Amino acid sequence: MTAQARPGLAVCPGCVAAPDTAISARPMEAQLALSLPTIHCQACISKVERGLAKVPGVREARVNLTLKRAFVEADPALRAVDLIPVLQDLGFEAHELDLATLHATASNRQGRDLAMRLAVAGFASMNVMLLSVSVWSGASDATRDMFHWISAAITLPAIGFAAQPFFKNAWSALRARRLNMDVPIVLALVLALATSLWETSLGGEHAYFDAALTLVFFLLAGRFLDQRTRAAARSAAEELAALEVPRALRLEQGRPVEIEARTLAVGDLLLVRPGGRMPVDGEIIEGQSELDRSLLTGETLPIFGAPGCNVSAGEVNLTGPLTIRATAVGADTSLHRMTDLVAIAESGRSRYTSLAESAAKLYAPGVHILSALAFVGWYLYTFDLRTALNIAAAVLIITCPCALGLAVPAVTTAASGRLFKRGLLIKNATALERLAAVDTVVFDKTGTLTQGTPELTNLNDHSPEDLAIARALAEGSEHPLSRAIVAATQAAGIPPAVVNRVKEVPGFGTEGQWRGHRVRLGRAAWTGGRVATGVLTSSYLDLGDGTPRALTFVDSLRPGATAAVTALQEAGKLVVLMSGDSTAPVQNLADRLGIERWYANALPTDKMDRIASLQAGGRKVLMVGDGLNDTAALAAAHVSISPASALDAARVASDIVLLGQDLEPLAAACRTAEQATRRIRENFRMATLYNIIAVPLAVAGLATPLIAALAMSLSSITVSLNALRLR
Amino acid sequence: MTVISYLIPISLILGGVGLAGFLYTLKSRQYEDPEGDARRILSPDWDEHPKP
Repeated sequence: MTAQARPGLAVCPGCVAAPDTAISARPMEAQLALSLPTIHCQACISKVERGLAKVPGVREARVNLTLKRAFVEADPALRAVDLIPVLQDLGFEAHELDLATLHATASNRQGRDLAMRLAVAGFASMNVMLLSVSVWSGASDATRDMFHWISAAITLPAIGFAAQPFFKNAWSALRARRLNMDVPIVLALVLALATSLWETSLGGEHAYFDAALTLVFFLLAGRFLDQRTRAAARSAAEELAALEVPRALRLEQGRPVEIEARTLAVGDLLLVRPGGRMPVDGEIIEGQSELDRSLLTGETLPIFGAPGCNVSAGEVNLTGPLTIRATAVGADTSLHRMTDLVAIAESGRSRYTSLAESAAKLYAPGVHILSALAFVGWYLYTFDLRTALNIAAAVLIITCPCALGLAVPAVTTAASGRLFKRGLLIKNATALERLAAVDTVVFDKTGTLTQGTPELTNLNDHSPEDLAIARALAEGSEHPLSRAIVAATQAAGIPPAVVNRVKEVPGFGTEGQWRGHRVRLGRAAWTGGRVATGVLTSSYLDLGDGTPRALTFVDSLRPGATAAVTALQEAGKLVVLMSGDSTAPVQNLADRLGIERWYANALPTDKMDRIASLQAGGRKVLMVGDGLNDTAALAAAHVSISPASALDAARVASDIVLLGQDLEPLAAACRTAEQATRRIRENFRMATLYNIIAVPLAVAGLATPLIAALAMSLSSITVSLNALRLR
Repeated sequence: MTVISYLIPISLILGGVGLAGFLYTLKSRQYEDPEGDARRILSPDWDEHPKP
């Protein structure tokens, strides 16, 4: 971000006299963005803004409390990392956001555009409605004509502006030789306006200006709600992605320089520190370490990495610093190659037709046929074009999908809001409907049901003295197994023994001197331990007496995992566990959670194929996964959920993102989704009921503009109220 | 009935002013941070003179 200096400034830094338009630019064009999850009041705003303004190089800082972000206009040399400590000193948690990933501006503009059209439609329909009320209550002759003409003068430009989204959508549908909800809407609008104008010019009694405007207003309200829900979800999802600013340490003349990962090239030498993630595919040329591949394959057991080994983007370096030479960058990395698989899997899902679409498919031709029949019938009966056209327009207006247009967005807005409060982010518009149909839930193991952090299991098998030595050795390392030993011994109240000269041997373990002889904690081969076959992850403590002690580990469960699995099973859903890990840990976890069907050693394609075969058997599968090896499965499943800790690729492939740590909301989410779908169906039925009552009146030629206005408003309001009943 | 020839234009103009006002607030991005703006009024930072 900071590298994109404004050209005017970069060319001539001394030229202060040059007009600097950027200072007056809006904070949206800021160069740096920070996420501030803990700010909550006006004092926080002033504190952050004042604190940031004091930093040399900052031109302007503005906090957005709604989004909990700060936008900073600053000198090109200033980086977000320089600002984070300043905010931390003030007592605020701060994270850098990658501005390139935040496209909030585009969706904001769309939202503003819709709000503007909604306002115009609202204003015009209120005025026209007032004029119409006086017509209904008995204005006649010249007064009525004048009111109609004024209404026409307001309605025509208002609809020309406000209904543009419908015109555009209908046109693009017609061009593709399809029918969507917008085609009958546009036809009704055009016909209603044309007949009303004609009637007005002849001094007739019935004009539908108010109905046309109210229709546009209600439909725009539905679109606006829909847009807002999706924009909120998209913005939150983008924030998750923007929090991960991919950076890498490139070795330039032997010194590591921090750069953005996307500027890397093949052949670059990179330094990856312990705890860091591989930014690209490469080959180790220096150093020894262990690599955690769980996000890519699901394996919990770290693998050994030494010069000559290949590494893939996404792997985490655990113990020693590594120098790697990049062999594939950007779109060529194995991480990105997975997207091909995802694309194949997604093609299956795009065939899903939403409830709204299937309603439109039934509805649109029905309405057209009905109104055409009314026109033909009345024309043959009276041979009066004016009457026939009037009745056809009335039929179209009354059947117009006002309530149908609100039926889905009102419910999804309410349901998404409820689920967001529970920590679920609905990314896809039809995700709720699909979630409601689910009868099988497939879980990934590592990182989804488990946290990916190990837990010591056989603490009681060892003497406190051994454990004290183990703790002393473990404290010298950042390896996850070592941290698990420290945590377990700390909890058991075992103090570390006195072990001297503790040093970490990257890739193997730690060793030190205890009472004059060498002690080691680490891999089986290094400590002389025998690898028991098929057991769980283990580490060995060698006290120099020839019998290494095995310390075994299991992955600790994610909070709420047991509750979620039990609740889903109680709801009558089949729960399946599918993991890329080896048989023993998968079986162990399945037993702990009471899952009967499980598959181990599953490759990414295996997972996808299993899900495909389950779905071919008529089941609707919900896939919950977080790793790269799950992305294809996530895309293939009927609906998918990934936790916020998942890789970006997995979050992109899934429909719903679980924001918190806890898995418990899953079962509740399924229930809410079922409820929401029931409300949507109820709404459709209610809208149909109104039509069944009103359509015969319209066809019989008894519908007046008053009846049309009443039917439309009543059905729209009942549909919205029904949506709000959702809990 | 001549009164309506005054009242209708007046009501339309008043409504139009309201609409124009709303469109102005929308254009000048006053709905980007509703929560922050509601809180900012409580802070005494720029009470004496406007923000430069």
